[in-house]
Amino acid sequence: MENLIHNFFNVQVYADVFPHLLRGLWTTVWLSAIVIPLGALAGLGLAVTITQVQSRAVRWAVIGYIDFFRAFPPLVLLILVYFGWPFLGVELDKLTAVVIAFVLNNASYYAEVFRAGLEGVAKGQMEAARSTGLVRWQALLYIVIPQAVRNVLPDLVGNSIEVVKLTTIASVVALPELLRAARDAQALVYNPSPIVLAAIMYLVLLWPLTRWLGRLEHKRIR
Amino acid sequence: MDGNSGFFYTFFNLEIAAQYAPALGAGALITLGTGAAVVVTGTLLGLLLAILRALDVRPLTMAIVAFADILRSLPPLVILIVLYFGLPEIGLPLSAFLVTWISLSLALAAYAEESIWAGISSLPAGQMEAARSTGLAWWSAMRWVILPQAVRRAVPTLTNRIISITKNTALGSVVSLNELLNAAQGASSMSGNPTPLMMAAMSYVIIFLPLVVFSRWLEKNWVRG
Repeated sequence: MENLIHNFFNVQVYADVFPHLLRGLWTTVWLSAIVIPLGALAGLGLAVTITQVQSRAVRWAVIGYIDFFRAFPPLVLLILVYFGWPFLGVELDKLTAVVIAFVLNNASYYAEVFRAGLEGVAKGQMEAARSTGLVRWQALLYIVIPQAVRNVLPDLVGNSIEVVKLTTIASVVALPELLRAARDAQALVYNPSPIVLAAIMYLVLLWPLTRWLGRLEHKRIR
Repeated sequence: MDGNSGFFYTFFNLEIAAQYAPALGAGALITLGTGAAVVVTGTLLGLLLAILRALDVRPLTMAIVAFADILRSLPPLVILIVLYFGLPEIGLPLSAFLVTWISLSLALAAYAEESIWAGISSLPAGQMEAARSTGLAWWSAMRWVILPQAVRRAVPTLTNRIISITKNTALGSVVSLNELLNAAQGASSMSGNPTPLMMAAMSYVIIFLPLVVFSRWLEKNWVRG
């Protein structure tokens, strides 16, 4: 028992590594703040393409893209981008590799969410908006997309929580986010407590969001 | 690098592919085995928790909700690494398979519990009452009346979760489980060539793309009971 406390809940170690882990948490936060909007925008673009473009070939290509990246483990994608890209003759820095891999992967998940949302907006909304003189993109932007977002807000929140959790894989390419910071600290103090502290910090960050998501979903069922 | 042939020579080098194919094949088997083990234990544990939650015993419900919330808030890779250092501490042998299997099963169980519970609570209370009034015991009513409908409703979301969590067996490479990704990374650094990584990437698509297409079909054709 004493051993367990010493190795996992070592308050002295917690206090020592806290500032370092806080910097890691900050990196996690801004990394999420970059990849979530980029992925969501790309996903929205894909979803609009599927629902608005008539060409069968284009729609199949987009669905192919989405399914491909839903089948592809994000960690494999990241490692392929990070370690494979230099063989093309161009060095990629960690952040760029992470952002590329995340956006490729996230776009497919956000696209599925937005597609469901767009399909849930009645056809008459677009027609009515067009009849008031709005052109197609204005009708989409001001009338259809806002309603689509409202339809699938819980799924968007849920997906974004998953993206924040996924930023941990950036630790594998040594981007200093929270998990990486904890593992570095662990190596330094030769004690696994920093990992537990990182887990606690993830909980503090994400539990409220998970609860909020639960309430959103509950409201939708009713 | 000299143009096209250089590109293929680098990324699709047949000689290297042939050399490392057996190692990657073994890795793919471990990926499949671990994935299957996670799906079975994760789903069953989730089902069990959802049933226990339906008993409506307050302390039990609170414990299950806390479990599901915590496991859904923690990144799977963090669970994996905590267990990697934690298992030996509670007297269990350290095995990369055990660590990966347990962490991903727990993560899947949390999502499965939520999906199946959502299915159960979306049924009108009259279902249970009517079943009980025919003389069925609570458990029989649960087993024959409530669960078949609840699980049916949970299937589409559950399939998506199962796919995204079994893909995560690749995370096992971080604790050096010798699955597909780890085998490919080893082969890549040994040969100084990305061909094994490309092979692993293609294998993942071959394994998981049919599942993704199947889940799309399910979403479209699954009649909600």
